[in-house]
Amino acid sequence: MKLLRDTWLIFERQIQLLLRNPVWVFVGVFQPVMYLLLFAPLLKPALNAPTQAAAYKIFVPGLLVLLAIFGGLFQGFGLIAELRAGVIERSRVTPVSRLALLLGRSLRDVVSLIVQAVIITLLALLFDLRVFIGDLLLAYLMLALIALMTSAVSYGVALKVKSEDALAPLMNTVAQPVLLLSGILLPLTFAPGWLQGIADWNPFSWAVDGTRALFAGDLGNDKVWQGLSIIAVLAAAGVVWAARQFARSVR
Amino acid sequence: MIETRGLRKSFRSRAGRETKTVDAVRGVDLTVAEGEIFGFLGPNGAGKTTTLRMLATLIEPDGGEATIAGADLRTDPAEVRRRIGYVAQGGSTWDESTAREELVLHARLYGIGKAEAHRRAARALDAFQLTEYADRKCKTYSGGQRRRVDIALGIIHEPKIVFLDEPTTGLDPQSRAHMWDEIRRLRADGMTVFITTHYLDEADALCDRIAIMDHGEVVAEGTPAELKREISGDVVLVGLDAAATPQAAEVLDTEPYVNKLETGDEGGLRLYVDEGATAIPQVLRRLDHAGLDLRSIELHRPSLDDVFLTKTGRSLRES
Repeated sequence: MKLLRDTWLIFERQIQLLLRNPVWVFVGVFQPVMYLLLFAPLLKPALNAPTQAAAYKIFVPGLLVLLAIFGGLFQGFGLIAELRAGVIERSRVTPVSRLALLLGRSLRDVVSLIVQAVIITLLALLFDLRVFIGDLLLAYLMLALIALMTSAVSYGVALKVKSEDALAPLMNTVAQPVLLLSGILLPLTFAPGWLQGIADWNPFSWAVDGTRALFAGDLGNDKVWQGLSIIAVLAAAGVVWAARQFARSVR
Repeated sequence: MIETRGLRKSFRSRAGRETKTVDAVRGVDLTVAEGEIFGFLGPNGAGKTTTLRMLATLIEPDGGEATIAGADLRTDPAEVRRRIGYVAQGGSTWDESTAREELVLHARLYGIGKAEAHRRAARALDAFQLTEYADRKCKTYSGGQRRRVDIALGIIHEPKIVFLDEPTTGLDPQSRAHMWDEIRRLRADGMTVFITTHYLDEADALCDRIAIMDHGEVVAEGTPAELKREISGDVVLVGLDAAATPQAAEVLDTEPYVNKLETGDEGGLRLYVDEGATAIPQVLRRLDHAGLDLRSIELHRPSLDDVFLTKTGRSLRES
């Protein structure tokens, strides 16, 4: 009960600040929109897809997962600014739940990601992408879990390193191989065996496969529940770890 | 209200390949009574902030015990948090929020209901003369205004004790005087106030009792008057050329009215005497008799800096 109340208080404040400066939501969506408009048209011939819509069914899910990963991983920067302003320390002297300090922020990130995902989906609809609403909602659940995990991890790391200069290269170093090994831009079915073998160890590769299955309307595909379960477990682990950083962090 | 025994904390710092352990606080025993302004005086790096952050539950002590407002720091930090307020040195407000939003949120983090949080925020804004700016973003505030918001945040839940870490550092003289009044008002409202400072005049004028801290230890504790009395007597500063100083020291050291004599780093002497007014003419005569030229002579009533000097061998102004 206290956890819910505290989480809501933090979330409410974070959303309020986000709405005061909503431009960040659109800045975040700018890059994926560019991919959608300027890169996706190359895919029909490249993937040998029968129609443009078929190419989008493969590309858009990957793009959304990309957005969720990156959107989350870079949230730590905002937290470092809050650390510097003394806002985190001020919260930590109150009896507020440490888990709520994390969850309130991560949920704000999830909400802003879903708004961005809806914008991308609506744009893709203009390009003849068609998805069943139920499948789409499950895909959004996957995205939400990814964003919850990556933003929690980003906050946890931010509390550990406490400086933008350390956080930026760290997040880039993690994000790039994760991105390339997840088949986000092109499906890994084109990859040589060894590359596929490595990608099997990348949880985001499972998430991308699951999301693609959902966009293809293939709800019964094992990849769907496998992807969701893997990401759910990792999200829970990420949240627990990051909340502990909030409990013990200094300054 | 606060009682600590043997509180200590060390940090590990890494310089190159070597890890060094720095004993930031090495066993602090303190007793702070209800309703007093208690000051922690010491140079930067003395361990004041570390001690304060331990008492405010922000860092865990390595050893020792503390009872704060009746709650045990080690076994029940959650209860300590409910009973104390803490105002950090570097500020605590967010640029894009308004003072009212910050106050309401902070009150609610203490479990206070929404309507009551708004009432308390309005009252605090009024008490700290912030109503006029209440709905402007914090980034538009002056240093003094922002500091007042910090203090208002620290006491919004009406704690029994409030810890203020260097509350006047960085303020102009007028804002500083203002802040002293605010702090006295907190005491008048029945709160116990625990401040850290490296300003001697602040410790002297504002605090009911002080503890002087140096290198992680409390080297003296008492009211400013008591501490000064302990040094007993006045200090006569004798300005001399470096060359003449050793001889003058030899001559004056045997004088019966000189209790203690110290040589300054760049020449000159510090004489601890019972009564400065009678000592000065004798010093003058004695030096004249020895044929030593005097550059200046000054009488100092004992200050907290002298207390610091006698306890640590250094001046607080220099450290």
